[in-house]
Amino acid sequence: MTHNKEPIPGTVMFDGTQAMKGYALNKMCYSFNNKQNREEFLADEEAYMDKYGLNDEQKQAVRDKVVLDLIAAGGNIYYLAKFAGMYGLNVQDVGAQQTGMSVEDFKEKLRRAGE
Amino acid sequence: MARIVGGLTTSHIPAIGNAIARKMFEDPYWKPFFDGYPPVREWLDEVKPDVAVVIYNDHGLNFFLDKQPTFAIGAAPEYRNDDEGWGIPTIAPFKGDPAFSWHLIDNLVHDDFDLVTCQEMLVDHGFTVPMQLFWPNYADIGIKTVPLVINTVQHPLPSPRRCYNLGKSLGKAIESYPEDLKVVILGTGGLSHQLDGQRAGFINKTFDRMCMEKIVDDPEHFLDMSIRDLVVEAGAQGAEFILWLAMRGALTGKVTARHSNYHIPISNTASGLLCLENAA
Ligand SMILES: [Fe+2]
Repeated sequence: MTHNKEPIPGTVMFDGTQAMKGYALNKMCYSFNNKQNREEFLADEEAYMDKYGLNDEQKQAVRDKVVLDLIAAGGNIYYLAKFAGMYGLNVQDVGAQQTGMSVEDFKEKLRRAGE
Repeated sequence: MARIVGGLTTSHIPAIGNAIARKMFEDPYWKPFFDGYPPVREWLDEVKPDVAVVIYNDHGLNFFLDKQPTFAIGAAPEYRNDDEGWGIPTIAPFKGDPAFSWHLIDNLVHDDFDLVTCQEMLVDHGFTVPMQLFWPNYADIGIKTVPLVINTVQHPLPSPRRCYNLGKSLGKAIESYPEDLKVVILGTGGLSHQLDGQRAGFINKTFDRMCMEKIVDDPEHFLDMSIRDLVVEAGAQGAEFILWLAMRGALTGKVTARHSNYHIPISNTASGLLCLENAA
C-alpha cells in the first residue's frame, strides 16, 4: 500500500516528529489537569515554563498565546485546549484566532455548514 | 451466553458535558441536539443492557505522550472521571466488570489484538459524555462498563480496516462469554470537525451523511480509506470515525437503524447519533 504523506493545507498532522518537538510543551499543558499546577503556572509563568524545560520558541508562543505558533512549536490541540481553558477560551475562540476571524464570524461559518 | 443487543454512536465533545452540567436541554442552541436522545433512551429502557463497551479515545486525562497505546482496555472494578483542566464538573464513578474485561482481553489477544490492559483508568469526556447522554441516571441503575481506548491523538493512528477488524474480534469475544449478559457497544466521537490549524472549523455534511448511511448497511465501504483520507474528508478530529467503525465491526447480526439524528453545529462539530439494533 502506498503511504501518502502529502501535507493537507491548514493541517499539521501530530506525528512522531511533532510529538518529539513538542514534548516539553505538551507535558506542561498536560500538567494543567491539576488545579494546583494551574495555580502555580498562573502565579509565575516563566518559572513554570523553566521547570518543564520549554525552548524559546515554545515559551514565546505561550507568552503570546498564539495557537498557530503553539502548534508550530509542537503543541497538540488536546493539550493546548487545557492551556486555553485556563484563560476561559473554548475551541470556538481558538478556532477564530487560528482562522483570523471574529468569534461571531467563526460561529456563523459553523452554522452555515449545516445549511 | 452474552448477547450483543446493539450499537450506539454519539459525539462526545466536552461542550456537551458542560451543557449537561448547566441543564441547557431547552436552550435553542442545544435543543436540536439533545432532542435526539430520548428515543434512544426509550429503546435502552426496553432492551436493558447489563454492560456497555465504550469505544472512545482518551484526550489527555489517563494517557500522555510518554506512553501512548494504540489500543487499551480497562479491567477495573470502577472507573473514575477527573479534572480535565477546563472546569467541567467531575461526575460520579462508573462500575466496571473485571471478569468480563479479562474474558475480552484473553480472546482479543488470542486473536492478535495486543491490547494494553489497565487495572486503573481515568475516563475522560470521550467516555463520560456518551454515558451521561444515554444513561443520565447511570449511577442509580448501576450499568457496568468496559472502556476501550483507541489512539486518535498521535499519528500514526490505526487504520479504518484495523479498527473494524478489532470490532469483529470484540464481537466474537463478547458472544463467547458464558454469562447471560446483554451488551451494548458505543462508538463515540465524530463526526466531521477540526480544531487545529488554519483549517479549524472544517465540517463536511456530505461526507457525514454518507457515513451515517453506509455504517448501517455497508460499513466495509470505508475499509480501504487511509487515516489521511479520513482527515481530508472529515477534518483532523473527524478521524474519530474509526471509533464508530470499531463499534460497527462488533455487530454480527442483522443491523437495523432504530433512531438517528444529525445536527450542525455543536461547538465546532457536526454531531451524529445512531441507535443500531443487532438482531440474532
Ligand atoms: Fe474527541
